[in-house]
Amino acid sequence: MGLDLKKIYNGSTKGSLLVAVILLGLPLVFSTNNYLLSTLIMIGFYTIVSTGLTLLMGYAGQISLGQAAFYGIGAYTSAYFTTHFGLSPWLAMIVGAILAAMVAFVIGIPAFRLREHYLALATLGFGVIVFTFFKEWKEITGGLNGFFGIPPISLFGITIQTDFQFYYLVWVFALIGILFARNIVQSRIGRALLSIHGSEIAANSLGVNITKYKLQMFMISAIYAAVAGSLYAHYVTFINPQLFEMITSIYFLIMVVIGGAGSVWGGLIGAAVYVCLGELLKEIVPLFIPNAGGEFEIVFFGILLVIMLIYMPNGLSRSVPKIVKRLLPAWHRKNESMLVSENENASSIGGERL
Amino acid sequence: MDIWNQFVQLFFSGLTVGSIYALVALGFVITYSITGILNLSQGDFAMLGALICISFVNSGFPFVIAILLSVVLVMIIGGLFERSAIHPARYSSTATLIIITIGAAFVFRGIAIFVWGTQPYALRPFTGNDSLQIFGAVIQTQNIWAIGISLVSLAVLYFFFNKTYMGKAVTACVVNPFAARLMGIQPLKMSFGAIVISAGLGALAGIIIAPISGASYDMGVMIGLKAFIAAVIGGLTNAPAAIAGAFIIGILEAFTEGYFSSGYKDAISFGLLLLVLFFMPNGIFAKASGKRV
Repeated sequence: MGLDLKKIYNGSTKGSLLVAVILLGLPLVFSTNNYLLSTLIMIGFYTIVSTGLTLLMGYAGQISLGQAAFYGIGAYTSAYFTTHFGLSPWLAMIVGAILAAMVAFVIGIPAFRLREHYLALATLGFGVIVFTFFKEWKEITGGLNGFFGIPPISLFGITIQTDFQFYYLVWVFALIGILFARNIVQSRIGRALLSIHGSEIAANSLGVNITKYKLQMFMISAIYAAVAGSLYAHYVTFINPQLFEMITSIYFLIMVVIGGAGSVWGGLIGAAVYVCLGELLKEIVPLFIPNAGGEFEIVFFGILLVIMLIYMPNGLSRSVPKIVKRLLPAWHRKNESMLVSENENASSIGGERL
Repeated sequence: MDIWNQFVQLFFSGLTVGSIYALVALGFVITYSITGILNLSQGDFAMLGALICISFVNSGFPFVIAILLSVVLVMIIGGLFERSAIHPARYSSTATLIIITIGAAFVFRGIAIFVWGTQPYALRPFTGNDSLQIFGAVIQTQNIWAIGISLVSLAVLYFFFNKTYMGKAVTACVVNPFAARLMGIQPLKMSFGAIVISAGLGALAGIIIAPISGASYDMGVMIGLKAFIAAVIGGLTNAPAAIAGAFIIGILEAFTEGYFSSGYKDAISFGLLLLVLFFMPNGIFAKASGKRV
């Protein structure tokens, strides 16, 4: 599963590089606008989580309704080990990732023997249980009062404190995450997963160990979430259980559905659209409904979720290349291989219904 | 004697909550059996039922009429939900359909916020604040109403599914949709019917619990999830087992709350869910069958 550089540089480099350059250049343009930078940083956290979830949903065909639990495990592990044991944030992040992977392993072994809606249920139950522990295990988590004083992360002796610095940290992680996801998808595991998607029985008879691959994807998606959680904890330096409620898991799910689970870019697109729409709603709705709180968001995203699933079940990541294709025919021709390999193979969420 | 009193008290509150879960869990089982969908917005029908009923009562409707009207209204909402969200997506994957019901739950909750706001409401008990002495424990009459109405509704449904033509047609769709279609039964209409009935059951559950624990826009979440656990414990397609599961969950929760800590109440129910899923995925009442796919 190591990074196969040849495959990454194969064919589709230009599109990816373009995205990378845009992302890394953005703060140079907006460096004075802290609101915009912090919004972009939030998109970065969500991109990491939803890229992991995209792998699980789009390629392994499984849904997880408990991803916020892994996000929280990463955050609380970072918080606890850095403040109580003085561990370096980087080491704490690794501990969090390992812990999340181990928990995913323990939950995944029995859960992946179940059919898909039972897995959804099992992860949902798991999420509620973990949330309860975040809330009740006060000696470790600080309970509902939250966890204060998480130290910031530092790199090469520089403490990363400003939004400008943190932007680069989180987006380097996000891009590595996307690159890694691409690598998985185009590797042996990705092909095995696609065969599972096509027909579990056929894949099984060809000797593909279905459970093993699904379990691996679940663990990888847990690591993505935990790393994002760790980064988040070191960014805000204060966390509380409400951040990791079931609703957060569902927001992650919404991002994946909006972005489309059939492409590794789906997570980024979904996270960006989700955060931007959310911010836009905060600006627009009060103009029409003066007393509206934050609740209108859930109605909006609920309706959006239903409409997306009915009319655009493959999400934006499949529609965007089509639009690009129409606007930029020359650019597209060079990158045809990328679009084909990414968008034609994996289907949206879960297998076709029999 | 105090220990005994507390035990009876907790047992009755467990039975009350269990009967609420039973009504909603039955909705799950009916919907799942006929459509193959886990409707995660099921609990929100209870919330809508309770809040609509409170509005009717507050605007001067007689109690019984208010209850009937709100049940019917929620059934209409359920029907609209089926036509607008489930029917157009009926060929999607199971996972997609589950997520659609999550989206619907969001929409219901959001509508409730727009209409009723986020503050909790109270409904007056059906027959005043009297209480009964049973084995030395003080039991509110509303608890007796809750248990009684649930049991009567469950009996009516049993009669419906086993004795009437319509009910048998529904059962036929569950057993073998293809054969049912050959016999002139339309499974698609049944899907509509299933969700409408489930919505009605949910609404009734919400109205019954409203005088005991109040009603607010987010009350459906936990009712729905607990009923869900009950249905899974029962095996998802077995109605009597789901009802038994609901009472188990209700009583387990009441005792956890009474003897241990209310904070871990949810974790214990969901822990039970995971244990059942992992070790007895066909439900704890399933007989070992030799069937393997």
